[in-house]
Amino acid sequence: METEMMRPLLLLPEMLLAGGALAALIGGSFVPRHRQWIIRIFTAIVLVATIVAAAIQIRSPATSAFDDSFAVDTATGIARILAASGTLLILAIAADEIAGSARESETYALLLFSTAGTVLLAGANDLLALAVGFLLASIPLYALIGLAHTGAGAEAAMKTYLMGALFGILLLLGVTILSGLTGTTGYAELADRLAGAPKAAVTVAAVAVIGGLMFKAGGVPAHFWVPDAAQAATATAATFLTTVPKIGALVAVYRLATVLPPSSWPLLVAALAVASMTLGNLAAYWQSDPRRLLGWSTVSQVGFLLVPIVAAGRSDLALPSLLVYLTGYTATNIAAFAVSAALPERRDLTDYRGVAAERPWLAAALLVALLGLVGTPPAAVFVGKLTTATAAWDGGYAWLAVVVFANSVLSLFYYLRWIVPTYRQPNPGNPDGGARGPSGDEQVRPWSPRLAVTAAAVSLALGVAAGPLWALVTGP
Amino acid sequence: MLSLIVFLPLIAAVALAAVPRLGDTVARWTWVAVAAVDLGLIALVWARYDTPPPGELAFAERAAWIPGVNSSYHIGVDGFSLPLVSMTAVIYLACAVYALRERHRPRAHAALFLFLQSVSLGLFVAADLILFFVFFDLSIVGMYFVIAGWGHGNRAHSALKFFLYTFLGSLALLVGFIGLYVAANPHTFDMPELAATPPLQGRPVAGGLVLAAILLGLAVKTPTVPFHTWLPPAHTDAPAVGSAVLAGVLLKMGTYGFVRIAMPMLPQAWRAWAWVVIVVGVMSVIYGALVALAQSNVKRMIAYTSVNHMGYIILAVGVAGLVAADTTQARSVAVAGAVTQMVSHGLITGALFLLAGVLQDRAGTYDMRDFGGLAAPAPTFAALFAVGAFASLGLPAFSGFIAEFQIFTGSVAAAPVTAVAVLGILITAALFLRALQRVFTGDTAGSSVGFTDLRARELWSVGPLLLLSLAVGVLPRPLLDVIEPAAHAVVGLLGR
Repeated sequence: METEMMRPLLLLPEMLLAGGALAALIGGSFVPRHRQWIIRIFTAIVLVATIVAAAIQIRSPATSAFDDSFAVDTATGIARILAASGTLLILAIAADEIAGSARESETYALLLFSTAGTVLLAGANDLLALAVGFLLASIPLYALIGLAHTGAGAEAAMKTYLMGALFGILLLLGVTILSGLTGTTGYAELADRLAGAPKAAVTVAAVAVIGGLMFKAGGVPAHFWVPDAAQAATATAATFLTTVPKIGALVAVYRLATVLPPSSWPLLVAALAVASMTLGNLAAYWQSDPRRLLGWSTVSQVGFLLVPIVAAGRSDLALPSLLVYLTGYTATNIAAFAVSAALPERRDLTDYRGVAAERPWLAAALLVALLGLVGTPPAAVFVGKLTTATAAWDGGYAWLAVVVFANSVLSLFYYLRWIVPTYRQPNPGNPDGGARGPSGDEQVRPWSPRLAVTAAAVSLALGVAAGPLWALVTGP
Repeated sequence: MLSLIVFLPLIAAVALAAVPRLGDTVARWTWVAVAAVDLGLIALVWARYDTPPPGELAFAERAAWIPGVNSSYHIGVDGFSLPLVSMTAVIYLACAVYALRERHRPRAHAALFLFLQSVSLGLFVAADLILFFVFFDLSIVGMYFVIAGWGHGNRAHSALKFFLYTFLGSLALLVGFIGLYVAANPHTFDMPELAATPPLQGRPVAGGLVLAAILLGLAVKTPTVPFHTWLPPAHTDAPAVGSAVLAGVLLKMGTYGFVRIAMPMLPQAWRAWAWVVIVVGVMSVIYGALVALAQSNVKRMIAYTSVNHMGYIILAVGVAGLVAADTTQARSVAVAGAVTQMVSHGLITGALFLLAGVLQDRAGTYDMRDFGGLAAPAPTFAALFAVGAFASLGLPAFSGFIAEFQIFTGSVAAAPVTAVAVLGILITAALFLRALQRVFTGDTAGSSVGFTDLRARELWSVGPLLLLSLAVGVLPRPLLDVIEPAAHAVVGLLGR
């Protein structure tokens, strides 16, 4: 009886996000520019409501909505909470950066739309729902990047758009092949019917769909837009697009992987993981712009996040470890970007010289965030790296666990390139390396430093309190 | 109780970091006070300590941490950890007293060292592999900032080298830990459980690979030849207290891992690879001593003698893997000697590095060629340095003699060929005597002119360390009574 009904309340968080986005868009045009903070407050309220709704729902047993096309389970619940919390935190950067700017309320609407798309992507239990989520999560991104109104921003938006179009088509191609082979788009039937389908066709389709999702995740081979966008977009957009869409994309890859026959995807995902980690790390080495360095670092992080997916279906740790890593990554990555947002004038690593002496809390947040991204205990990403590597080893991919830790060592070097100048003594004799940043009079941003410290503290707390977090991600 | 001991310094560190209004003097004395209280608490634990039954830990505490991978906050002490915990607290107290004069950001300095103290104590009481790893890694981060923030010379480069090298080792260690976890049935990271039912028995290839990862991680930290290259620059450019902690405490994290993790959890692989360990140990002994002999920088010389002294430990734990029925007693003696050496080396090298710091403080150089006849202007300094040197070269009546005597008695009985390592003692004796002669005897010249003798705080930090070494050397029984049951137990476990 109940399964016959649509049960729209199951999608309350998504409806809140989409409805809130529309309301922000329309409401923003009626609010004068100097009062656009009203829309920001409204956006925050929408996000808090989304988190509350998702948190209530996560306690009930797993189910699905809309004719089994959208899964409402622990993974979706965690993705909803993470995506909404991430966007909520990013509003603090926006409060510093774009308050009173020409496109403020539009930005909030775009953030909400993209968050809704991310959540749809995470819960998609049907190829068509997956395609809709992909488009809803992607299209607002192009605009978000373009809002920077700079030459580099336009280039980054164009690059993202072209990559998005290409990989979107690739994803749709894979969807077409899979539904053509099986006559269905629902994951439940796909799993049954793909067993008898021709192997080569299934593999091609798996490559196409997973490859398409790599665009959203920002992983190899669809990663080229990430460093450009991270560098050229506003800090608000850069933080958002390197954090939130990944949540949906990786959960979506996980769901898809559990459906496809195991002959077609584990090696592919393992190869993408190794390529993303290694390429991201190597490319980050010689970046001098902190934002661009973080952009490449997120490419490598996607590689780490793909590791547990390789073990999907082979190890009980696969899904919980993915969700734990995503949680830790969200907090830690936002903390690192928030530091760069707090010091917007310092766009070269050498400009960070003396920051520790001048702003010890901000420097401490940077230290926790960057060492956290390396996987230094007890920060949350360490727990994620530990459990994902364990999951891979447990699933028969011991070499992948070794690659994970080898890459962690590789990554340490470029994170240290940022930490080292931060903890150097300020050098007042040298105007370029002075303590006051390159421009001499640094603008004071109140919210980003607080966000950086908060997010870094959250990342530490999640690692220390890994027990409750683990209990949460393993579901009721 | 143990949790209090571990986290008391950390709480003090956070307080020091978070309350900027505290004056520098308050910060320095807070560090001394906290270190003293912590040592007092440990003395209390020692007084109430009864040797736990094999496979169990005294004062154990356990709480769930990451239940999904069976990792818990599990701590406790036994005959291996208790002496090292005590030694750690002694060295940090000595460093706190020594640093009472620290002029460069003393508040941050004290906070950093208190943090390091928590990390070091936590490592030695950890009874869970992941907990062990957490402290292992954090010690690297802490020491990086000690060298980069308070060192001298080419400190940024030395600190970076230290960080990258030991971090690489730590991740190899983590890979090994995960291997143990995956192989264990049921999966767990709990140390006593893994030691009770060692995984990978009867799987020589997998066991060998996992042991190789763990050995690599521990060998870098220890350090043994050929993984020692990070150590001399780190020591040369670190501040005196940093060197004392690095050599006294942090190096023991590697050797402690051998007796705590590698031997009991991978007995079969350990036996199979025992000769490799022995050869590495002998190489470290001879090579470390020879290179130390060639140094003119006092600090580098002491750093290389650390490689030599760690070599004795490696040799002893390697010999423990040469299982034969009639050598059980000898191998137990060797392992007990190894643990005694960990304590002894901590005390003596800690003292020597603090004394070397006095050279840098007064004259700004460590080079022996810059000094001469130092005994005349600084007789107390000369006396203490001579005592430290003699203790380090293994003179009877000092802890080093007890340790090395046991190591060689055990090793030579089990494998006569290891007697070649005795050569190391001879070279060490030569190099220390030569150093004493170059720096302290002859006409007062160079930087020795106008050299002020030890001040009270220097005397009060170095003196107790050497006195303790003397106490262990004269009355080793209380220490050995604690160590020996654990050494017997681990040799028994190796026989499985």
